[in-house]
Amino acid sequence: MAAVKSSGRAAVNRLAVVGVIIATLIFLAPIYWIASTAFKPRALATTVPPTVLFQPEITSFIKLFVKRVQMNKAVDPATYAAAPWWEQRIMDNGERVLRTGDNVQLSGYPSRFMNSLIIAITSTVLAVGMGTFTAYGFSRFRVKGEADLLFFILSTRMLPPIVVAIPMFLMYRAVGLTDTHIGLIILYIAFNLSFSVWLMKGFMDEIPKEYEEAALVDGYTRMQAFFKIVLPEAATGIAATAVFCFITAWNEYAFALIMTNRRAQTAPPFIPSQLGSGLPDWTVIAAGTFLFLLPVAIFTFALRGHLLRGVTFGAIRK
Amino acid sequence: MAHVRLNGITKRFGAHTALENLDLEIEDGQFFVLLGPTGAGKTTTLRLIAGLEKPTAGSIEIGGVDVGDWGAAERDVALVLQQYSLYPRYTVRQNLEFPLKSNIRRMAQPDIDQRVARAAKTLRIEHLLERKVDRLSGGEMQRVSIGRAIVRSPRIFLMDEPLSNLDAKLRETLRSELKDLQMKLGATFLFVTHDQIEAMSMGDKVGVLNDGRLAQVGTPYEIYHHPRDTYVAGFVGSPAMNLLPADLLGDRMRVPSGAIEFAVGPALRARLGRSSGPITLGIRAENVHLDPAGSIEARVWGVENHGVEKIVTLKTGDCLFKATMPATIATAIDEPMRLSFDQSRLHAFDAATGLNLSLEGRALEAAE
Repeated sequence: MAAVKSSGRAAVNRLAVVGVIIATLIFLAPIYWIASTAFKPRALATTVPPTVLFQPEITSFIKLFVKRVQMNKAVDPATYAAAPWWEQRIMDNGERVLRTGDNVQLSGYPSRFMNSLIIAITSTVLAVGMGTFTAYGFSRFRVKGEADLLFFILSTRMLPPIVVAIPMFLMYRAVGLTDTHIGLIILYIAFNLSFSVWLMKGFMDEIPKEYEEAALVDGYTRMQAFFKIVLPEAATGIAATAVFCFITAWNEYAFALIMTNRRAQTAPPFIPSQLGSGLPDWTVIAAGTFLFLLPVAIFTFALRGHLLRGVTFGAIRK
Repeated sequence: MAHVRLNGITKRFGAHTALENLDLEIEDGQFFVLLGPTGAGKTTTLRLIAGLEKPTAGSIEIGGVDVGDWGAAERDVALVLQQYSLYPRYTVRQNLEFPLKSNIRRMAQPDIDQRVARAAKTLRIEHLLERKVDRLSGGEMQRVSIGRAIVRSPRIFLMDEPLSNLDAKLRETLRSELKDLQMKLGATFLFVTHDQIEAMSMGDKVGVLNDGRLAQVGTPYEIYHHPRDTYVAGFVGSPAMNLLPADLLGDRMRVPSGAIEFAVGPALRARLGRSSGPITLGIRAENVHLDPAGSIEARVWGVENHGVEKIVTLKTGDCLFKATMPATIATAIDEPMRLSFDQSRLHAFDAATGLNLSLEGRALEAAE
């Protein structure tokens, strides 16, 4: 009986593993498509059915980073031979790199990518930091009207953000925050703060207040106790909150499209804007998207230990 | 080390009154146990002394100085809790060093090492020093948290049921260790517990808390043998004192709910003064004796074996009471027995107020 049962369970397990593998493949398929397109020669990018086997090349990434124009006549062999290898790849495609003097002109992508990094990282750090302090306050002190305040904080999430896009744009224009880094940072903090406060409140409530009280009695100030005892305990919660806030800020499209156009534009509105100029070069767009996916993947991967690890509460068992 | 005095402490949490006009004095070097059931205000008292809560009214003096405005850090008290008293993620050594590394102490590393080593030796946890605290057993954890208290040589040790989460054997061991430690250090201890055995076995003085008020303060002997009221009488002692509603008329004592009636001897009569009428009769199980000539007849209702002795529940009429008997005596359920109460150990309490009516009880009250 036991053998039958366990073999039954093993079968179910195998089935579950197969199911997970299939689901994983389905979820990874678009990512594979983007990644493979990024490494394809332009001619193979749009073949039907899609080309699976090809010689990978990085021409699309070179194109992504430099400003270039279509040449109307073939490049002369002497110039070709004198050009660096990466420029030759572009010449192979019948294009040439634009320069001011001797300096290669960069495309819009690197600066947009930097904007994305600056805005997403700054807004995440601030939203998570403010959320952590606020949550600690709500969790540890008797706050007058605590339930109402928490509800008010949550209520900022009850409207789809895009509803306020037009008034926000008008306000931003009036105070000169359009197309500034600080403008988008403030906006993304506002999006993420309620989420951050609520999530961190849950984690803070889980940390026994006895730890800090012991530290207070041991001769530490409330602030020292917070940084020495509470913060390390809350690391798991902070990591989880940071991942969510970062992804939200990194992926945000609508407000970035409305509020910025050049100086502070982030990658999400920039990448599709490249579709419009002439015949779309899908390999370049795929390369841009592929690079855009990397920071989130790296960030999540770096924090996976915190995300997965069970919370190690209770130096003394309950 | 210091003398602690609470003057008229009241503490309210919103509408709930945790402590009401509490006066308490702990002498220097005393092992003071605060005993009471859950919710009596023991932990609140301790947190007030630690500076983790502010009293609604009243003042707290440590070493003769009013510490009302002092924060927890400045009071120089040590706290040992029932649980969560160690910092997770730290090793045992880091936990022991933690209080010494605080800015208000500014201790040099060699000093710290020396103190940690001494505390570890005292508590026999030297082999655990480099271990993470989540790898410790319950008893080891409580040893370490006591260690974290003693490295500082604080003025007062505050302990909030530190033994309650441990299993019975370990609790017994740590109980005597803790008492030894207190005597060796000559330190002032305030120990909070709901366990009357801990209170009786460790305390120099015991304060019994009842719903935010001190019911009685005294030595374990006084608490046990001269309970001030029915609350203390019923709370302290295992099994609890038998408390039977009775009528005292002249020199006759009668328990109306059962066939208990006996003549009050002259010694007891003198002890009770002029009181008469309805009272609550209190008699401990060990003072109920088998007596072929006894005036009380009851039947065996239940038996609890405790090794050398057994606790027999007896029934007469609607009245149940307990008696301690040697384990060798045969006790079959429903078997009739003749018994008598030891009148020198008998207590009478006022039926309405619950206060002890015996003269020494009153003398005790007058003395306070």
